[in-house]
Parts: sequence; C-alpha cells; structure tokens
Amino acid sequence: MNIEKKQNGTEITLLLAGRLDTTTAPQLEMTIQESLEGTERLILDFKDLEYLSSAGLRVLLSAHKAIMKQGGDMRIRHVNEVIHDVFEITGFMDVLHIES
Amino acid sequence: MKELTIEAMPEKIPVITAFVDEQLEQLDCPARAQAQIDIAIDELFSNIVHYAYHPEIGWATVRVEVAEEPLSVVITFIDQGVPYDPLAKLDPDVTLSAEEREVGGLGIYIVKKSMDEITYEYKEGRNILRIRKELQR
Repeated sequence: MNIEKKQNGTEITLLLAGRLDTTTAPQLEMTIQESLEGTERLILDFKDLEYLSSAGLRVLLSAHKAIMKQGGDMRIRHVNEVIHDVFEITGFMDVLHIES
Repeated sequence: MKELTIEAMPEKIPVITAFVDEQLEQLDCPARAQAQIDIAIDELFSNIVHYAYHPEIGWATVRVEVAEEPLSVVITFIDQGVPYDPLAKLDPDVTLSAEEREVGGLGIYIVKKSMDEITYEYKEGRNILRIRKELQR
C-alpha cells in the first residue's frame, strides 16, 4: 500500500493506494498517529484503494475516535463497490463519515 | 486443483493472495468476487496465524479448486494447530455506535456475508476451513 500525505492548514488528506489489510494496516496506523496533532479534519481518499479487511476497519475506528476526541472529524472519500460492501456489512456506514 | 503449503506468518499473506489471484485470473473471475476472496484470505489466514499456532510458527496449506453447477471457486485452508472453529463465535452486533464498538469478530462476519458458503471441520488433527464463491456475474 502507498500513502500520499497532503496538508492544507489544519486539514490533512491521506491518499491510499493498494490494499488495506493485515500486512499494511500498521503502516496506515502509524501515518495517522503522526498526522493527528493539531489536525481538525482528516480526509482519507480511497480512490486508488482496492479493498480493506477487518484489520483496516480497526485502524479506521481508532482514528475516528482519536480525532473526535480532539474535536476534529474524519471523512472517507471515493469508496469503491467492494469497500462499500464491507462498510455496509459491518455497520460502519453509520459509524464513520463516508462520503458517497 | 492447486495447493500451496506455507509458514503461517502474517508476512506470507501477500504470497497466498498472489497464488490464489493467479488461479482466479485463469478462471475469469469477476473483479468484485476476486477482491472479496482476497479479503477472505486476509481474514482467514490471519486467524490461523493468531489462533492456531501463536506464538509458535506452524504450517498451513491453501488449496484452490473449481466446482461446477454453479461454477464456483472453492478455497480450503488447512492447519495442524489447536482446534479452532471461527464459525462457533456469535455474530458481532453491527448496530453499535463508534464508542461501543469493538472490531473483534468482524473479519469472519465479513467472510460469512461475502462468500456463498463457509464450512469448518476438525479432522485427524487438522482444522479444515472451506469457502466457496460463485463466479457467475
């Protein structure tokens, strides 16, 4: 998985490419941890993300909680069909801010 | 039928995924089904790594077969670790809020919902977990 980071003031966008699974989730977790300080909005752009597994959901959930705790928010953009299914099945559609 | 026997370590997941994807491409598997199968591999193989042998490292076999009527791919995961039936767990509550949420149990739930069939048996000292996915568009 590749992660490209863009910063615009207190808004950080992470562009994810590849697969978010057991082997790559720690990489995203670390990038998010490094990006949290002073961030009001975290945008995860999934345009080039093929799929995610529950290991990815774990990272997304803890990132969501961490950013909410500091008064910010996290948005997920450009979700493909397969990823949409995973969010739907697990009820994450209602937990995370997922833009259609 | 093709099979691969490999050390049950998280680092091996991409190797198994590539091995299965190669078979799926030969079968003209639709992209969506292939991604769902790849997710299932991640969930099921990481279960073997964490439950069957942990903290030791054992071996696991992944077998890919084709079934007819309806045309399906059948993938079997075999390990010789401690007996572990992932289907015995209760389904997670997927209606909880972010604060109440735990991610445990979601992986196998995703597999149950995205595959057409999933079965488990413990036989002759081996955990045998099988998934079937139809290839019709």
